Amino acid sequence: MGLLTELRDSISRAASTLFSEQDPKRIGIYGPPNAGKTTLANRIARDWTGDAVGPESSIPHETRRARRKENVEIERDGKSVQIDIVDTPGVTTKVDYTEFLDHDMEKDDAVRRSREATEGVAEAMHWLREDVDGVIYVLDSTEDPFTQVNTMLIGIIESQDLPVLIFANKIDLEESSVKRIRNAYPQHETVPLSALEGDNMDEVYDKIAEYFG
Amino acid sequence: MAEATSKPRDGVQIDLISAERMDGLASMEKIRMILDGVRDGNIVVLEEGLTPDEESRLIEVTMTEISPDEFNGIEIETYPRSETADQSFLDRLMGKESTKKLTVIGPANQIETLHKDETLISALVSRK
Ligand SMILES: Nc1nc2c(ncn2[C@@H]2O[C@H](COP(=O)(O)OP(=O)(O)O)[C@@H](O)[C@H]2O)c(=O)[nH]1
Ligand SMILES: [Mg+2]
Repeated sequence: MGLLTELRDSISRAASTLFSEQDPKRIGIYGPPNAGKTTLANRIARDWTGDAVGPESSIPHETRRARRKENVEIERDGKSVQIDIVDTPGVTTKVDYTEFLDHDMEKDDAVRRSREATEGVAEAMHWLREDVDGVIYVLDSTEDPFTQVNTMLIGIIESQDLPVLIFANKIDLEESSVKRIRNAYPQHETVPLSALEGDNMDEVYDKIAEYFG
Repeated sequence: MAEATSKPRDGVQIDLISAERMDGLASMEKIRMILDGVRDGNIVVLEEGLTPDEESRLIEVTMTEISPDEFNGIEIETYPRSETADQSFLDRLMGKESTKKLTVIGPANQIETLHKDETLISALVSRK
């Protein structure tokens, strides 16, 4: 880094700590592939900063690197909370490159994509142990929430003593069942939403402010 | 596992690992033992599961070892479920960790969970 940029960075860092009451909390968005994590991260970023975090896709593992959007300021009841949102690749215990071949991809591309996906998941696990202050766990409410990976991940999050909110996404779809998620993880607060349609975002922001502010 | 490397050509080897055996190992040794077994095509059954922290490291190390046409990860099932909600009142009263759970780990391309509920895991294991 050049001396000037370094100087500028340190000045802006000093200024931001001067003006905000506290450092932004780093909130990790976790959950299985295709739950709508990136759609949610983009909606939060667009609602409060004007730009997006990264591409959304129906192809699993579109997000292969943890992506961060810093200093998202959410205003609730005249107060404002500062968060950094971290969109993570969907956590899984297996990645098979041949699954990408079904999405019209050449073998080389599929292999590269799966290698990036595995690196991304490893990185996301690392972040969870070292670098996040709170977790939003996103589930697709049209699917069975009671998978081994979800149970294991939520167990890992609980063991880290991190504040956690469960988001039951895709309530715009007919097969959606928020109750099924509430029953599976009764120890946590579940917030229904549609990240795609923007349904129930007021409650989403209220809860974010309440849990992570 | 060191003592059990020779196996019938056509079968599936199952390693049942006692809690006692695991107790003496460091986290990374446990993970190495599990992944070595699974990468040999074995089904590893742990009498007493891993801690959440070890589970998270197991996922991380698994990811770094996945390689195309060779190893595409693991399937893992635990019983009883690891959530605190499923702990009995007595367990919570005694401050028992919820990590003491039977855990089955196998190669993702060879093991498929057919059915699972509070009291039963039914899995299909195919030969290599
Ligand atoms: N119907 C519906 N689809 C959604 C919703 N949120 C995300 N999706 C879709 O689900 C797919 C996966 O979304 P993405 O955000 O990439 O999931 P990620 O893998 O968890 O990051 C995309 O096709 C999204 O358009 C939602 O609230 N409702
Ligand atoms: Mg994504």
